[in-house]
Amino acid sequence: MNAVETRGIKKYFGNGETRVEALRETDFEARFGELTFVVGPSGSGKTTLLSVVAGLLDHDEGSLHVLDADMGALSNAERLTFRRQNIGFLFQQYNLLPALNAVENVAVPLIANGVPRKTAEKRAAKLLDTVGLAPRMLALPSELSGGQQQRVALARALVHRPKLVICDEPTAALDHKTGDAVMALLAQHALSPERAVVVVTHDTRVLEFGDRIAYMDDGRITQIEERPAVAEVS
Amino acid sequence: MRFIALRMLTADRSKYLGLVFAIAFCTFLLQNQSSIFAGILRRTGSQISDVTEASVWVMDPKTEYFEQTKALKDTDLLRVRGVEGVAWAVRLFKGNPIAKTETGKYAATTMLGIDDDTLVGVPRKMLLGRWEDLQKPDSVIVDRAGYQLLYPGEQERLGRTIELNDHRVTIVGISDAAASFLSLPIMHARYSEAIQFQGQERKQLSYVLAQPAAGITPEQLCSRIEAATGLRARTTDQFRWDCIRYYLKNTGIPVNFGITIFIALVVGTVVAGQTFYLFTIDNLRQFGTLKAIGVADRTLVGMILLQALNAGAIGFAIGTGMEVTFVEIFLHKIATRGLILFWQSVAIALACIVFVVLVASWLSIRRVLKLEAATVFRS
Repeated sequence: MNAVETRGIKKYFGNGETRVEALRETDFEARFGELTFVVGPSGSGKTTLLSVVAGLLDHDEGSLHVLDADMGALSNAERLTFRRQNIGFLFQQYNLLPALNAVENVAVPLIANGVPRKTAEKRAAKLLDTVGLAPRMLALPSELSGGQQQRVALARALVHRPKLVICDEPTAALDHKTGDAVMALLAQHALSPERAVVVVTHDTRVLEFGDRIAYMDDGRITQIEERPAVAEVS
Repeated sequence: MRFIALRMLTADRSKYLGLVFAIAFCTFLLQNQSSIFAGILRRTGSQISDVTEASVWVMDPKTEYFEQTKALKDTDLLRVRGVEGVAWAVRLFKGNPIAKTETGKYAATTMLGIDDDTLVGVPRKMLLGRWEDLQKPDSVIVDRAGYQLLYPGEQERLGRTIELNDHRVTIVGISDAAASFLSLPIMHARYSEAIQFQGQERKQLSYVLAQPAAGITPEQLCSRIEAATGLRARTTDQFRWDCIRYYLKNTGIPVNFGITIFIALVVGTVVAGQTFYLFTIDNLRQFGTLKAIGVADRTLVGMILLQALNAGAIGFAIGTGMEVTFVEIFLHKIATRGLILFWQSVAIALACIVFVVLVASWLSIRRVLKLEAATVFRS
């Protein structure tokens, strides 16, 4: 079973003459235990694909299965619960809540899932420790560097142990060295046999971290490149 | 999620304070203006309330409110006394003679002439002197505000003389009479003397004050008097409300205060609503992130309502505190004595603030509910 499987999905924006076909019969897969990159030029449909896969946007045609659930058959409420329990997000602009400190930010998905605040913050603190931010746990986002903020965001994406992690340009706002460090942490902590990671990126420098690379253009996946595992290469 | 909502609300101190104080000033204005309004209207019947011994006022059928009196015939007193159920009835004169002090200061006054024998209607709360001294010839009791108007800046003392319609009278007491609508000095004298101070008119009897016999209510007695005499009889409370209704209907007071209250409500709603809406817009990305993470719309609505209610409750409390301070300060000033923060004003202001909070929340909730979670992927 693939973590994500799309078959011929289409997504339109607008109506009539202004209608834009953002996804054109897109077939895409993401496997458990793998980090899949989606790359392509601006306007190629990467973010739309990501939004559809995450259940943030409805698709108009085709089939979409995420973690074996038929997303098209889920009601809005079911999709919301599915997303809350099974998907972790990592955003380009980190999207941390500026009023909350690092540990509180990380705890948000757990609290949203009904975990009591104290328990949630304990688990968040442990995870922050593993990404090397134990000393900055009580810092507000404004007191953290870009790299530190993205590490907090990474911890937030993983804290509720989601089966799918969706990342939108996670290194775009970071310098090369920090971006590499974040990707290394993502590969180290996010990847596991029961979890899949999908990363949309422009940043070709980080592709070395991927297991598969899906190239997108004009709303379609044009090429899929399987990358040999590091062990195989060596 | 409650702590997240409150942290989001208070993260930007200046915006939070702006929101809270918009609501606080709205609350203050609403309570302040409605209280002053109610206080002014209450003054229209304050001389009626000051008469504590009698519960029924009898007057000419044409008399609509306290200040407007059409004199009764002296025989009307006897007719009222003859009505079954009347325990006693006494006369009351109300006039507006001009008082002149030794220094030449003039002031129109409200002169109340009370029954010579019983002194029913005499002010019971005396600040200086004894009300019983009104039995002395050519004596008057003046209220404190009136005294200070006639003798500005001077020490209060008894024995001073004033001239009323060429009659020299002595101040034998200073009373704590309730503030009148016209803010004229309130003077009490015996009926037989008071009618002399006003100047000679054929009929002088303004009101008959009556008290029902045991087992008869003031309302029942009013009905009996009206049926028996053709005069108008009202209970103390009814007459007070007659005065209030008269001023409401025939003066610009309600319109002027109504405009101020309306402006306070509009400004409060617009300022608080806009500030809160802008706060939501500023935090839209955060709400979007929460939506993407899987926080349900109803939870987000709850967060917004909690934020609005928090700002509303704190703003309301501060505004009420400001009004209480205002009342406490001005309650002791002569011109504004008797100022009260009516519980009804607090309740009205609370209802208005709830309205303001709901409008502000509604604007923000609409915006957040319309927000597509996918916008979080836009940089």
